Amino acid sequence: MKTIPASRIADTVATLCIQANTQLPADVKAALDAAQAAEPWPLAKTTLDLLQKNLVVAAEQNLPICQDTGMACVFIELGQQVQIEGDLEQAVNEGVRRGYGEGYLRKSITGDPLKRCNTDDNTPAFLSLHFVPGDEVKITVAPKGAGSENMSRLAMLKPADGVEGVKNFILDTVRQAGSNPCPPIVLGVGIGGSFDKCAYLAKKALLRPLDEPNADPYYAALERQLLNEINAMGIGPQGFGGKTTCLGVSIEKMATHVACLPVAVNISCHVTRRASAKL
Amino acid sequence: MEYKLTTPLTREMLAPLRAGDTVLLSGVVYTARDAAHGRMAELLDKGEALPFDVKGAAVYYVGPTPERPGTVIGAAGPTTAGRMDAYTPRLLDLGLACMIGKGKRSEAVKEAVVRNGAVYLAAIGGAGALMAGSVKQLDVIAWPDLGCEAVRRLVVENMPLTVLLDPVGGDLYQSGPDAYLAAVK
Repeated sequence: MKTIPASRIADTVATLCIQANTQLPADVKAALDAAQAAEPWPLAKTTLDLLQKNLVVAAEQNLPICQDTGMACVFIELGQQVQIEGDLEQAVNEGVRRGYGEGYLRKSITGDPLKRCNTDDNTPAFLSLHFVPGDEVKITVAPKGAGSENMSRLAMLKPADGVEGVKNFILDTVRQAGSNPCPPIVLGVGIGGSFDKCAYLAKKALLRPLDEPNADPYYAALERQLLNEINAMGIGPQGFGGKTTCLGVSIEKMATHVACLPVAVNISCHVTRRASAKL
Repeated sequence: MEYKLTTPLTREMLAPLRAGDTVLLSGVVYTARDAAHGRMAELLDKGEALPFDVKGAAVYYVGPTPERPGTVIGAAGPTTAGRMDAYTPRLLDLGLACMIGKGKRSEAVKEAVVRNGAVYLAAIGGAGALMAGSVKQLDVIAWPDLGCEAVRRLVVENMPLTVLLDPVGGDLYQSGPDAYLAAVK
């Protein structure tokens, strides 16, 4: 058994909150670079230039890349041979509180969805906990902004709708979102599971690096196909028109009921943020 | 076309702008988003004065990150404007001249833009660090309890913006993609 004090969890979460909000993951930056090089439309190219310039300014001036520093979505893979000394959930919230305070990040959480009162420290974290074999803890902080989150959708399709139905729902979601989620977007798709698992799969899909296709060739092909079709829509960077509407599509799937075909689309933006650490 | 404009804005100043044009905006810009718009609507319902004079004013839909000591503002990119649609026609009819944000607007907003000779301009969504550079001064003028949603008076210099909705009904979110698709056909 390995013992990790809860304070180390808090320290790590705090550091990751700041890191994720100020440094774009290498794979997202690479996808942005590639899209910029391949963009034929002048206004779209200029717009992509500005997104690149923004990354430079953020690094130079120690500013968050985007002012919506998001909900603190925290994913923990907890090794079964690890014992946490102290309260894990409290430690995660403490890390978020410190990271968002010390990093001058925006506090965007309302404690109650209808009574609307800001918690002023960006807690609670939205924590997903998984037990895995081994004696390591992997923590990922993936801050998620609302502009793209609000454009996300879930449908309980009929099995007869098949892959065409799934594709149509995904493409329709992107079309309806249009300029709102700050394109170029990144798409996380969940297929299968139950109502709640499907939504979780879509969120989890956004954690996968964009240069890593689904391990199943069938789903990898579907990811490529969807990406091509989205980039033929013409929405373009910021919705001003152009080729670059989407930087990557990741699909996660799981078993489902014989009567179900759930599909969830979690839209993310060109500032798709995530930072991980292992303890 | 590129236009240099300074607030307060008049109908005449905005008349030549067309969807897709670039604007470098200077002067005073007020920040307001969901919660502040809700409170402004309550004030109007009660017949009370708004925290700032909307006539000829520019409103920026933004909730900046907290400023570090020694800096004017944190990251300050636009938020999705559509969430303010319910409140917007009323403000435009009271003389609001310019909205800065990102994302689609309702038909009611588009009509009110044309009716009042106003404009809706895009700041680059997600480019929070970049947009901060054009803000030279910041003062919270109303509802500090709203935190990032409080109303701020910003003094901006050459803020780079793109015309989304123009006074003659142009909409870049329509014309931009249409032009691209026609060109690649």
